[in-house]
Amino acid sequence: MTNEELKELVTTWFSGPESAHLEFTEEGSQFLNISIDPDYLHELMSWLKTAQQTRFDYLFCLTGVDWGKELGVVYHLESTIHRHILVVKVQTSDREDPVFDSVQDIWPTANFHEREVFDLFGIKFKGHPNLKRLFMPEDWKGFPLRKDYEDEVNMVVK
Amino acid sequence: METATITNNVKSEEYFINMGPQHPATHGVLRLLLTIDGEIIKKVEPDLGYIHRSIEKMCERDSYQQIVHLTDRMDYLSSHINNEAVCLAVENALQLEVPERVKVIRTIIDELTRISSHTLWWGVMGMDVGALTSYFYGFRDRELINDIFEETCGARLTMNYNTPGGLRNDIHPNFVKRVKEFIAHFKTKLPEYDKLLTGNIIFKKRTKGVGVLSKEDAIAFGASGPVARGSGYSCDVRKYHPYSALDKVTFNEALHTEGDSYARYLVRIQEMWESISIIEQLIDIIPEGNFKVATDAVIKLPKGEYYQKVETARGELGVFIISTGTKNPYRMKFRSPGLSNLSLLNHITVGGKIGDLVATMATIDIVVPDIDR
Repeated sequence: MTNEELKELVTTWFSGPESAHLEFTEEGSQFLNISIDPDYLHELMSWLKTAQQTRFDYLFCLTGVDWGKELGVVYHLESTIHRHILVVKVQTSDREDPVFDSVQDIWPTANFHEREVFDLFGIKFKGHPNLKRLFMPEDWKGFPLRKDYEDEVNMVVK
Repeated sequence: METATITNNVKSEEYFINMGPQHPATHGVLRLLLTIDGEIIKKVEPDLGYIHRSIEKMCERDSYQQIVHLTDRMDYLSSHINNEAVCLAVENALQLEVPERVKVIRTIIDELTRISSHTLWWGVMGMDVGALTSYFYGFRDRELINDIFEETCGARLTMNYNTPGGLRNDIHPNFVKRVKEFIAHFKTKLPEYDKLLTGNIIFKKRTKGVGVLSKEDAIAFGASGPVARGSGYSCDVRKYHPYSALDKVTFNEALHTEGDSYARYLVRIQEMWESISIIEQLIDIIPEGNFKVATDAVIKLPKGEYYQKVETARGELGVFIISTGTKNPYRMKFRSPGLSNLSLLNHITVGGKIGDLVATMATIDIVVPDIDR
């Protein structure tokens, strides 16, 4: 599907695209980007995986991002059948208790990748069966990839 | 004297054992928590992070030229391909066209790297199932590639030969001659590999039908590289998203449909033949020209997001850069093939024997620094 067709299709899935805060952009990226309200994330992802026209069966990259004020997750999806690529983004301004729905029930590969994001950004994933730190020791304080993280001992600042 | 009788209602109990982090068969500092019942594996849980260096955090403070050498230290057996991924991402962001000479040399060294990685894997694979000879054969042939790298790049393992805009220096005058010598030599040695392991009945019994991964699961677990292609999932980045000089060559994607350890083994053997073929197609047509185009001393990427995938010896490596227009990336993510491939280890080993775990792990071909980053 072309990006235009994808846009139209995804819009029809939500009766009120405004309430899901659905936004499309291709600016500054080689792929089509969709931003969505975190409440609708799981619904959108299930559709993208199962719908015949999209069939995004391969989640090839799951990235946590600290945007300064907001924390977010970026999902890179590819269809091994149609060979199109799509980027889905969510973000929240709650830095104390950021929670998104887990997509590991849709793509099992998300299991480890969500643990990595939890470990380094402190973002929780609702519905994840084994959400614990992946790399850092369990008693580690703080989340190293956040922009406001400070560690006077281990960090070399230039 | 009372004789002991054997009854059928023997009760067994699940228990934990610890494998690693210094276990030789984990190929690095990986620890596995195994739940087993007798000899049967109930659960495999990897414990990671023993060599986590937070390369992604370091990238946020480094310039784009400095980042390249950090990627050597991820999958160190594919270091040249990792370097190339970062350079391609930066060059695409700057819309910088590199000379044809650079593209061809990059692809030749990519494929030499792949052969070097696969020969090491082949040697270690044999050793993991108890055949020590293969280890020496693999290392003997790999040594010749390392010599070529040493002469041209100045390093044998962490080469750091790529730089945004091209190569750090031109190839050594001996490069073409030595690569040809190596190819001629290696073509006589690869059939020996087949004699030693591929057709070996003990080896076949240890790997056939063991650790079976279906095509659907390979995709769902995000597998890539030879692990995915052993399950019949066509995913070669070199085919679907060609980069550098890969559009100039023809090669076959190695595919097997059985999904067991033996299929993954055959894929890698076939990939070595394909790599030889790619090098042969390119080695005589290295164009004249510059080995580099000049970039600004301080590289600033335009504001935006950039994604580049390449095929390392282990699978799909993704580099995701978010730039805000400054001299450092705002966020740099490496999608490593190893982490996704490791995540399916539990799935394919549960229900099997503990003795097969080592052989199955060897066919997944894990490099731990690639996972830990």
